[in-house]
Amino acid sequence: MHIELEKRARVSTLFSIFSPLLALALTLVFGVVMFWLLGKSPLGALYSFFIEPLLEVWSLHELAVKAAPLILIAVGLAICYRSNNWNIGAEGQFTIGAITGSILPVMNPEWHSPMILPLMLLMGMAGGALYAAIPALLKTRFNTNEILTSLMLVYIAQLYLDWLTRGPWRDPQGYNFPQTKSFQIEAVLPEVLSSGRAHWGFIFALVAAVALWFMMRFMLKGFQVSVLGQSERAGRFAGFSARRMVWFSMLLSGALAGLAGISEVSGSIGHLQPSISPGYGFTAIIVAFLGRLNPLGIVASGLVLALTYLGGEAAQLSIGISDKVSRVFQGLLLFFVLSCDTLIHYKIRLVVAGAKAAEVRS
Amino acid sequence: MFEAILLTVITASTPLVIAALGELVTERAGVLNLGVEGMMIMGAVCAFAATQMTGSPYIGILAGILGGGAFSLLFGFLTLTLVANQVATGLALTILGLGLSGQLGEAFVGQPGIKLQPIVFPLLSDIPFFGRVLFRQDLTFYLSMALVIGINWFLFKSRAGLKMRAIGDNHASAHALGINVIRTRYLAVMFGGACAGLAGAQLSLVYTPQWVENMSAGRGWIALALVVFASWRPWRVLAGGYLFGAVTIGQLHAQAFGIGIPSQFLSALPYAATIVVLIIISHNRRTTLINTPASLGKPFVPDR
Repeated sequence: MHIELEKRARVSTLFSIFSPLLALALTLVFGVVMFWLLGKSPLGALYSFFIEPLLEVWSLHELAVKAAPLILIAVGLAICYRSNNWNIGAEGQFTIGAITGSILPVMNPEWHSPMILPLMLLMGMAGGALYAAIPALLKTRFNTNEILTSLMLVYIAQLYLDWLTRGPWRDPQGYNFPQTKSFQIEAVLPEVLSSGRAHWGFIFALVAAVALWFMMRFMLKGFQVSVLGQSERAGRFAGFSARRMVWFSMLLSGALAGLAGISEVSGSIGHLQPSISPGYGFTAIIVAFLGRLNPLGIVASGLVLALTYLGGEAAQLSIGISDKVSRVFQGLLLFFVLSCDTLIHYKIRLVVAGAKAAEVRS
Repeated sequence: MFEAILLTVITASTPLVIAALGELVTERAGVLNLGVEGMMIMGAVCAFAATQMTGSPYIGILAGILGGGAFSLLFGFLTLTLVANQVATGLALTILGLGLSGQLGEAFVGQPGIKLQPIVFPLLSDIPFFGRVLFRQDLTFYLSMALVIGINWFLFKSRAGLKMRAIGDNHASAHALGINVIRTRYLAVMFGGACAGLAGAQLSLVYTPQWVENMSAGRGWIALALVVFASWRPWRVLAGGYLFGAVTIGQLHAQAFGIGIPSQFLSALPYAATIVVLIIISHNRRTTLINTPASLGKPFVPDR
């Protein structure tokens, strides 16, 4: 018995919509089995993992705090992946954006001007974009694989942040904690509502998602992205430049990751420290695929993945499950998303060996 | 002194060489598996767990190989049977591997490990210098050397290797000639997984005999870069692996001597070196095109 694929005459609209939901359902089934193996009541565990965080106002705010960087990074990555540019170093661009965005408050802690925040955000975006420009330059100029270079730059960015916060930028009055001085109030990204912690980063994420959805749907640039991604040759015939697309997609995703970085530091943490991200840049890859590389879909999938972070923390407290479980959930989810996507383009058939032989004989 | 440094370089290089050789075979068959990091860390945790439970690091090595190989099947099923995107699936394998290994290894954090002991060849090991460097090593070193020679022979001297290269260069033609593309690719993916698992086992049983979360620290990705660096040739993987091992150990010694450069900058050296090496090797578009297996990363659905 084996599996055979038959190409569909046209892309299945039904499965384009249902494949992410199917993937979520399969992940939940696996979750039940996993909790059962860990000796926990599966339903109780799923409840505290996925339902409990949605019941209180403060945790809904936390959801927005966690979803903001995921969505911001993932919509940028979606443009990259659609155009066949594999930027997987968003974690590094996030880190560098956080660093360049923090230059002003760290260097001028006494500067109390309303100008500081917009400047910080701009500098964060510029930093992220510049850091993404490295793999873009290497790809266009030296033909270097952007997957490997952007990933290597993640490690370098993290080590650089580590050095800054333990070395030159460390707060001398910080009781030897490796962190910078807390940002002045003008440099803190404000909360959206007075009821909780959700900051403007979440609004930025929604704006970016809608803007990029508009671009992909209604603008020539969006069309270029899809054509060059599906066939570089076809794009060349249409007069589109693949080289320029490398720059466009990398700089865009870098800038958005940088904005996510400075928003997280300014809106949620309030200072720089050696570790500023629980792997947002990598989880955003899952978010992008779960959202089927569609900016609006990514808003939904970003919220789902943010829930796995929150659920992980909640489940650790309430039922004593390790927070590593959420990483396993995230990995499984991506696997199921990718396998369910096969259904969009192919019909899947189970073929029994005997039947095949009979077919050949007749 | 030189001998001591050389011995540590060998220990640091061996996992890179083994993992890169496995990936080389996978890529020669036309499959790009970016999940080396994930398979490596799964190998490391399986090897450590099995060693702690049985007390024998040799069973640990076996568990590492099996763990990496089994984990790679997940990638094989998605990309070969369900023709999912290879880049995305490879990333998924790495993300899942890092998460799952953290979960599996939680019980073993902080436990003192059992180190894989060297196998001393009588007589040969008494040769001055070379004897101590080459014939008093642990099993993983000997395996890495055997793999270089074996894979080189397999790819360029055996019929099966020729078929595998044919698949990597043009899977449609190979299929038309009656070669079973999917089956060969499954075997190549599993071989790559087993090698990555063995490399991981080396990390948790030889390099630092303990379990630490994320202990592969990007070595899987460096192994991927090594394959490009080596332009898909086994002997060049060996050379490249030792170059990287030397950079890694060199920066550790520089940190120990305290030469005034912050340790973080030195730790970043192997990653920066990877980028530099990639630039040097890829800047000539034409030679890159000639060397790269032509159907690398492309999906294949057999027509009938």
